[in-house]
Amino acid sequence: MRRRVFQAMGLGRGNGVGRGGRQKGYRCRDACCRERDDINLNDIVPGEVCRICRLHGCGSVRQRLLDLGFQPGREVKVVRNAPLYDPIELQLGDSFIVLRRREAAHIEVTHA
Amino acid sequence: MPERGPYLVALAGQQNAGKSTLFNMLTGLTQHIANYPGVTVDKKSGSYFAEGRRYEVVDLPGCYSLAAFSLEERVARKFLLEDRPDVVVNVIDATNLRRSLPLTFQLLEMGFKVVIALNMMDSAERRGLEIDIAHLERRLCVPVVPVVGRKGRGEAELRAAITKAAVSEHVTPATLNYGSLEEAVARFQAGIAADAAFQDVSARWLSVKLLEGDSEAETFLGVRLDNPHGMLDEVYKARDAFEAKQGLSSGDHISGCRDRHAAEIIAASVTDSKAGQVPVSERIDRVLLNRFAAPLFLLATVWAIYQLSIVQGYELTKITWPFLASFRNLMAGILPDAGFLTDPQIRSLGLWIVDSINTLLNYVPIFLILFALIAILEDSGYMARIAFILDRILHRFGLHGQSTLPFILAGVFAGGCAVPGVMATKGIPDARARLATILTVPFMNCMAKIPLYTLLINIYFPEAKGLMLFYLSTITVVVAMLVAKLLTSSVLRNEETAPFVMELPSYHLPTLTGVARRSFDRTWLYIKKVGTVVVAIAIVIYVLLQFPGVPAEKQLAYQAEAEAAVAQFYETLYGNPLRAAVEDPARLVDLINVSSAYKAARLNAGSKSAVEAMDVTLAEDHPDFVPFVLRSRDADAKAANKALRDLSKQRSTLRREMRSDRIEASFLGSIGRAMEPVTQFADFDWKINIALLSSFAARESSVATLGVLFDQDEGENATLEERMGEQQAGEGRTAVSAVALMLFFALYPPCLATVIMVRVQTASTRWMVFSIIFPTLFGLAVASAVFTGATALGLTGLQTMSTVWLAALGLLLIVALPKPWLPDFLPGGTREAAE
Ligand SMILES: Nc1nc2c(ncn2[C@@H]2O[C@H](COP(=O)(O)OP(=O)(O)OP(=O)(O)O)[C@@H](O)[C@H]2O)c(=O)[nH]1
Ligand SMILES: [Mg+2]
Repeated sequence: MRRRVFQAMGLGRGNGVGRGGRQKGYRCRDACCRERDDINLNDIVPGEVCRICRLHGCGSVRQRLLDLGFQPGREVKVVRNAPLYDPIELQLGDSFIVLRRREAAHIEVTHA
Repeated sequence: MPERGPYLVALAGQQNAGKSTLFNMLTGLTQHIANYPGVTVDKKSGSYFAEGRRYEVVDLPGCYSLAAFSLEERVARKFLLEDRPDVVVNVIDATNLRRSLPLTFQLLEMGFKVVIALNMMDSAERRGLEIDIAHLERRLCVPVVPVVGRKGRGEAELRAAITKAAVSEHVTPATLNYGSLEEAVARFQAGIAADAAFQDVSARWLSVKLLEGDSEAETFLGVRLDNPHGMLDEVYKARDAFEAKQGLSSGDHISGCRDRHAAEIIAASVTDSKAGQVPVSERIDRVLLNRFAAPLFLLATVWAIYQLSIVQGYELTKITWPFLASFRNLMAGILPDAGFLTDPQIRSLGLWIVDSINTLLNYVPIFLILFALIAILEDSGYMARIAFILDRILHRFGLHGQSTLPFILAGVFAGGCAVPGVMATKGIPDARARLATILTVPFMNCMAKIPLYTLLINIYFPEAKGLMLFYLSTITVVVAMLVAKLLTSSVLRNEETAPFVMELPSYHLPTLTGVARRSFDRTWLYIKKVGTVVVAIAIVIYVLLQFPGVPAEKQLAYQAEAEAAVAQFYETLYGNPLRAAVEDPARLVDLINVSSAYKAARLNAGSKSAVEAMDVTLAEDHPDFVPFVLRSRDADAKAANKALRDLSKQRSTLRREMRSDRIEASFLGSIGRAMEPVTQFADFDWKINIALLSSFAARESSVATLGVLFDQDEGENATLEERMGEQQAGEGRTAVSAVALMLFFALYPPCLATVIMVRVQTASTRWMVFSIIFPTLFGLAVASAVFTGATALGLTGLQTMSTVWLAALGLLLIVALPKPWLPDFLPGGTREAAE
């Protein structure tokens, strides 16, 4: 049931959207990222700051991200990669949050 | 609302906000505290008195919201909904207000009387945050009490605020307006409020939850209404309509409203005087989490833990062991005296229990140090960083960054205990990884496995001790990883998974009391295990080993031999004046007992002066026995001494043969024999089978049981290594058999206490049974394959072990290394199995 609803909302993309998995011609509806080449948090190099456009995915991942403050419009700084590249550490406001790259792929951003 | 009963107060708040700290402050109890998110997973309650009324306080697990996605959230939400606390104390980390307030809004929406405890004010001050409390109170319409839980500051004010809220009738209405969704919220709210089925829940809260798309709220509707479909359809319609119009799901909108509202309040009430400065924790992390330095720091930490707890801990046990040994000697003195041939049942059982307890208590110093160090890791905040560093590796095998702590506790560096290890899996948010961790944690080398390894290594690999121990302690980790991968991609495939999203807590300086308390608590838990399960099982095993006992005719034969030996003794001493002292056969048994007690105490005596003191006591207590027991130059005394030694030797032999007969005839012996047809492929004979069976009770007892089976007697000095080596060699057993045995032991099912903990943690008997059966079959398969293979190839023990180790490592690499040809293993391209 819930799944149906999510699909209806256009949020049925439960897949971790890696670089290869992005649908062609997909457009972000938010005003902040009208450009063609939408990027996600994985594309940001450590030290850079970016702004969140929207979240993909559904269910608990999405909820947890929203609860932690990954709200569209907020600024995020990528602090560092783990020694083995994955996960990554982010700074959101005053808190430091660790995220796997698979989850980071759910967060669509633009350069701030 | 109860008029005279206690007030129910719930502590709710986000992970790591200090709820447990405040709980301890309010109730004076000792709930576990750690600088690590998700430490409290179950709710815990305590109480205090104020103004003649009891206040029952419940410490809820930390949750970011009440969305019911994770276990903690479900526990907290269920409690709030079903127990309807009179007051909810919302504990907020003052340094993290923005993320905390959305939960506050939800609590208000649920219609609770809320008191905000603004915790960690000290950190906030240090960070340069100035918080306008009065303004916060005005905006939220609830009392806000600044506190510093760690130092107990603000305690009186908090109690006063709770009391005031509890007695007041006034409930603060929720103030959050949902903007463009407000109309729909109000519409459903009115509908729900009008329905008699929902009198006990907050209409606004339920309305918002339904629009958010909360599945539990939908289920709740189904429970309360005979036909929920009408309302559900309307909800879906409203959600779809909103999304079509706004281009945004209603759930996102609601969560966004909360976030913006929080931001607004904060903008008006908090000034950051140090804005733009890099926090201290981040400056530390720049060093500790530096790409290249991080692994080095991690290795250094692990090495330090190993050195301090295991190596230094063993040094400490050398100091503590004599105390345990003298306790045994004391008990041996108190219990009824030994007979010549058979001992009173109560004596054997008593000593058996004392021995079991002593073996376990011997590890206490190691545990104290190990747990203290781990508490320091947790409190400082470095444990969370370890999870960050290692998650990539652990995730490859279906585990989770937070599996690190359970593995460390269970003994990654040879020497831990699976019980606290399994307990520590509570905090892992990913159900699949959590189960995989629970099922693989027992593979680690807990302290109880070490004695058997040491025993076998000393017998079969005296020249390669270090290498063998290295093989064994690493292969268990390798196997644990492989098994985790195997399980998560087979039986656990359909379990729920969760993302790895964790907040890195700021570094704290651990407090001495906090560390000491946690170390004692965890050690105490271990001792309780000794006190209950292990003792109970020791008794069962004792019974299984003692009965039905030696067959009657054999018993008579032994009796006759014993009488002959005694007669021989008197014969030898014929004409010796000292014989008068033991003319009565009862005195003779006394003499033998005094003599063996003296020998045991002498072994335990540390210094020459202690031995002299013992001699003096002996002369005082039993002057007529002295010539028999102590060596002297006098001819008569020499003869008496020799006669006694001969008699003791014969007695030992007889007792040993009898015991061996008894075990062979025992229930456990029959079981062990019955298993031989299966275990022969791994070259385990019935004695080993018995030891393995008894080690299920507690791994420690395997060596103790082997000690009995490869007999030892009161006066004997040959070590178990020598005895076992000799007998086993006589039966054609080789180092390859030993390798098979050690491998089996490494993979063997968790001990009983761990199994019980698995039951508790998984809340499922099915997984408990699985945790026993799977490792047994797996271990037996590996041991049989290794033994049969190595024998066929004619390998030596060391070659066998090296081959197995390399094979396991190779397999690990194959599993771990990226496989570009399999799209599933591309980093970031993995599919989420749940949906
Ligand atoms: N600086 C400071 N630290 C505090 C204060 N109160 C608690 N802490 C520390 O914060 C950390 C977390 O405390 P806990 O009480 O375990 O937090 P919790 O909310 O119960 O956490 P979970 O059970 O994981 O949800 C511990 O290291 C505490 O010592 C405070 O007032 N000031
Ligand atoms: Mg807690």
